[in-house]
Amino acid sequence: MVEALFWPALLGYGEAALAYASPRTTGAATWGVRLGWLAQTALLAVQAADADGFPWSTWAGSLNLFVWLVVSAYLIWGCRPRYRLLGLAVMPLAVALFVVARLGGATESASAHGYGSFFLVLHVGFVLAAFAGFTLAAALAAVYLWQERRLKHRAADILRLRLPPLTVLEGLTRRTILVSLPLLTLGLGAGLVRLRHDHHSLDALEAVTLLTWGVYGAFLAMHPVGRRAAYLALGGFALVIVARLVLAGSHFA
Amino acid sequence: MTLALVGLSHHVAPVELRERVTLALGPAADLARSLGDAVCLSTCNRTELYLAGIDPARAAGAIEALAGEPLEGVLYELHEDAAAVHLFRVAAGLDSLVPGEGEILGQVRDAYEAVAPGPVLDRLFRQALGVGKRVRTETAIGESPASVSSAAAALAAQVFGDLHGRRVLLVGAGRIGELAAANLASRGAEIAFVANRTVESARELAHRFGGRAIGLDELGAQLGEVDVVVSSTSAPEPLLHPGDVPARRRAPLFFIDIAVPRDLDPAIAELGGCFLYDIDDLEAVVAETLAGRRAEAERAEQLVAEEAERFRAWRASLDVVPAIASLRARAEEIRSAELAKVDGRVSDDERRTLESVTAQILNKLLHLPTVRMKEAAVSADGAMYADAVRHLFGLEEER
Repeated sequence: MVEALFWPALLGYGEAALAYASPRTTGAATWGVRLGWLAQTALLAVQAADADGFPWSTWAGSLNLFVWLVVSAYLIWGCRPRYRLLGLAVMPLAVALFVVARLGGATESASAHGYGSFFLVLHVGFVLAAFAGFTLAAALAAVYLWQERRLKHRAADILRLRLPPLTVLEGLTRRTILVSLPLLTLGLGAGLVRLRHDHHSLDALEAVTLLTWGVYGAFLAMHPVGRRAAYLALGGFALVIVARLVLAGSHFA
Repeated sequence: MTLALVGLSHHVAPVELRERVTLALGPAADLARSLGDAVCLSTCNRTELYLAGIDPARAAGAIEALAGEPLEGVLYELHEDAAAVHLFRVAAGLDSLVPGEGEILGQVRDAYEAVAPGPVLDRLFRQALGVGKRVRTETAIGESPASVSSAAAALAAQVFGDLHGRRVLLVGAGRIGELAAANLASRGAEIAFVANRTVESARELAHRFGGRAIGLDELGAQLGEVDVVVSSTSAPEPLLHPGDVPARRRAPLFFIDIAVPRDLDPAIAELGGCFLYDIDDLEAVVAETLAGRRAEAERAEQLVAEEAERFRAWRASLDVVPAIASLRARAEEIRSAELAKVDGRVSDDERRTLESVTAQILNKLLHLPTVRMKEAAVSADGAMYADAVRHLFGLEEER
């Protein structure tokens, strides 16, 4: 069942990633995102129903959930026909991560392994939701830098190939981080409680996640604008990538 | 009923002639009414009379009377489907000077609503308005600016998004700068300052936009107060340099330099958070967007062709409608007569059942012939089918 739902989800996201390339097929892309998201939601629901404990306890499983959160955030904040190029930034990334998650075994039947603790479920849920928000913020920041560069270089096609306005991108990036950082704070808090309870010491992933919190905290505290804000958001996202793709294995082992 | 169009437009008539035959909405409607079932579309670029069942020569005569001279070789005359396609292209902005301009759709609506046309013109104009809307929603033909001044405003919107509350400093009181300012104001921007060498000219323009007039010597001091600077003076040397721009700003500053020679030092573009477009940049943007409009126009033409086909099918179906109506009336007449024969011999319940059953039989029997006649009408055999039905069911006697 889970396997059968993976393909429609991938097909939807893949279709969206391709269809966003042309303004004529933006409508089809939006439907691809919606249908893919519905299929992935069903996939996650089936996994949750089948599992005894937390069904996304492996790094691949959590990546699967992470992709869903990223697409959810995109659907809420960025899925507008006039922001087609934002979709072009987000959806190929979602497809790539979704495929990586599957290769890592995310769509295999969920086991009853671990994550029975309520605190741990909260920890993983909040951290992944925050990371999904940071991913969207990074996509917005990247689009900001692209748009800023086109305006600086006076690209002749700037009105033909429209991106969201600079101030809109800047505001959306900031708002996304404003929502995501409290989620990360809650996730980290739950994780630290669990850590203390189990008398474990900090591992590399936890250290990088704390550093990520620091970077985004600085973002909100310093209130940077323009290019500086975009670079800071992307810097924080680099840490998210390290945490999600490089160090996740050691933490989940 | 015949459908025809007689008129002239910017394609065939110079402005000296067009201005003589251009009518305001009221007189245009009066002219249409004087001809009969007609609609008069009169704008600065065209005067056209759409006619249902009216001799086109009468309409041509009316336009020639306005021009005060014979217009042989200038007036065009289109009939039936060609007239419909023309109006659809006009409503879609495809026949306009700037392809895709949106003003014409409102003018078509006004012309239509100013008179009460008969069924053919009513359907034609309602469908034309639908075509215009479809083209604007399903293609990007009307999204891009077609002039330097509107491009400047669109570019500012690419930086700031909504321009409401954004403050503009207009440098120079020339016509092009004024147009750019008007475009920015139409998007919600506030023209806060107008600077000019002669403050008197600045004051007049500032008054019109609700801003404050200042001298050129105050330019630098006001840069921290505004979001957009539009400059179009005839000064021989740049008026603003990077050193004049406040260093510590939290919002972007957008410069539009429409002057030749340039008013703004190009080095301003190198400053962080500053964006500078000169006249060449703006013209390049306009050329690019016009190319985009032409590409979108091809898609719009496809939509027009689809709608023209729908209109043709609708008109063709009109040929068989009287025959279908007669056939149904005859069938209903027979049914009622047969039911009358059993009156008093059946109960009320039985009577209701009989009515229901006979009505269903009638509908089922007539459904397929009705559909087939409508299909035949679309494929141009409608008149033949209609005649056959009238003959077979003896409907001629009723006509």
